[in-house]
Amino acid sequence: MNINEKLSLLKYNKGNESHLSVDDDVCMRCNEKYCTYICPADVYEWNDKKCTMTIRYENCLECGACKIACEKNNISWCYPNAGFGVKFKNG
Amino acid sequence: MENNKVEVIVIGAGPAGVSSAITLAKAGKEVLLVERGDNAGDKNMFGGCIYAKQTADIFPRFWENAPVERNITTQKIIMMTDSKSLEIDYNDPSKASYKAFTVTRAKWDNWAAMQAKEAGAYYAPKTFVKELIIENGKVVGIRTELEDFYADIVIIADGVNSVFAKQLGLRKEIKDEDVTLNVKEVIKLSKDIIENRFNLDENEGCGCKFIGGPIKDMLALGFMFTNKDTVTIGFGIGLDELKKHNLKPYELLEEIKEHSAIAKYIKGGESIEYSAHLIPEGGFNSMPKIYDNRVMLVGDAAMMVNNIHMEGTNLAMLSGKLAAETAIFALEKGDFSASTLSLYYKKIKESIIYKDLKTHANTIPFMKKHIKTITSLYPELACEFFDMFTNADGIAKRSKYRKFVSTLLKSGVIIKSLPFALFALEKCIKK
Repeated sequence: MNINEKLSLLKYNKGNESHLSVDDDVCMRCNEKYCTYICPADVYEWNDKKCTMTIRYENCLECGACKIACEKNNISWCYPNAGFGVKFKNG
Repeated sequence: MENNKVEVIVIGAGPAGVSSAITLAKAGKEVLLVERGDNAGDKNMFGGCIYAKQTADIFPRFWENAPVERNITTQKIIMMTDSKSLEIDYNDPSKASYKAFTVTRAKWDNWAAMQAKEAGAYYAPKTFVKELIIENGKVVGIRTELEDFYADIVIIADGVNSVFAKQLGLRKEIKDEDVTLNVKEVIKLSKDIIENRFNLDENEGCGCKFIGGPIKDMLALGFMFTNKDTVTIGFGIGLDELKKHNLKPYELLEEIKEHSAIAKYIKGGESIEYSAHLIPEGGFNSMPKIYDNRVMLVGDAAMMVNNIHMEGTNLAMLSGKLAAETAIFALEKGDFSASTLSLYYKKIKESIIYKDLKTHANTIPFMKKHIKTITSLYPELACEFFDMFTNADGIAKRSKYRKFVSTLLKSGVIIKSLPFALFALEKCIKK
């Protein structure tokens, strides 16, 4: 079962505004980009050509791992507003 | 509630927050419990069981009407190598006293929050706290998306990522080694299949921990719990380990599910949910300052998790209760200063929270140092012993014994085990 199949099991109320953001210039200088593999929902993807970080915030499980793991302290992180985000039924 | 002012505000309706709110409401105090989820438990995930004793201190005889899944009567440990495994079961089917129950958080937390409401707390789910309101350097209330609320005391129970402990500077930035990332999957199976596979009677449950195999040589622990008609399977791993080994947590979870020791339990089941959560496992040395003027920190927000014995919800409930008792004392005294609220710290210090976390203050660094012995060497030698002893393969026994003893000696297991004996001894005698 791949990550997309896992995420498809979840119930989300997706907002229009991202609760996560990064400064692409800082990401460009980051060799590790830990966020691109430690995130349990595969939210972060670096685009080498465009030099931008794609953030699929709508898949976020709200765990907070990315913010702590980021070597550059470059992830602006908060919880989604009330009524939005993931909703676990069997947590 | 007059002018949006109460005596105590509790932020977060998890086990710690609800325990605070219910204790305060029962004492006749005016308390507002706010929760960002649509319902309490919507945003939560955990390994899988609550402990009966400390839970009953807050919710007497809860098993009679709370949404519990199964009464844990079997504790299973599985040691895995790459392809083999050794399983140990501890069974205590006596109904004389309950020890632990499996629950799912959406049902349990919501039920618990309702108990606080029934006890008289104002309960406001779907309420997002934007920030604490601070006047003259002191916390006086909370700012939500819609309106402001004021209180004499604010109890911060906003979980592992505690935004508000950070806003107050009570907590520093969390380090990689202070948290484990836990991912889990919930797998639907019939009641009968679960009871057959885990060897359980009706309503009996199993809690399982596993090491080695796909998660060998790193500080990671797998878990499996039986609910009524689902099995939860997952693992926790230090963020530092994930970074060091370049691992994707969900791929590791798949490897675990495919290992022969695990696959047989979940075969034919349907995955119905995937989730992730951080657990504050930094232990004693990562505990922040837990009180200040008009404010106290409880549960995961205060990093109160016993990472060796996998206790968290029980410590959360206990800390919530102790903070509430302190708040009651302060309200009656009419003094909400840090010096009055230091009573909370004193209570924590006398409780198992402080004592147990202190006992294990150096255990994780110790285990990290010996992680290969624990997660590779022991499972391999144990499996090798059983293979040697039980395999009627036509080879003379004496030569097999010799070969096994020589493997033992070459592995250095005796010398490698000495530190464990000394470490255990230190835990018993040190004050």
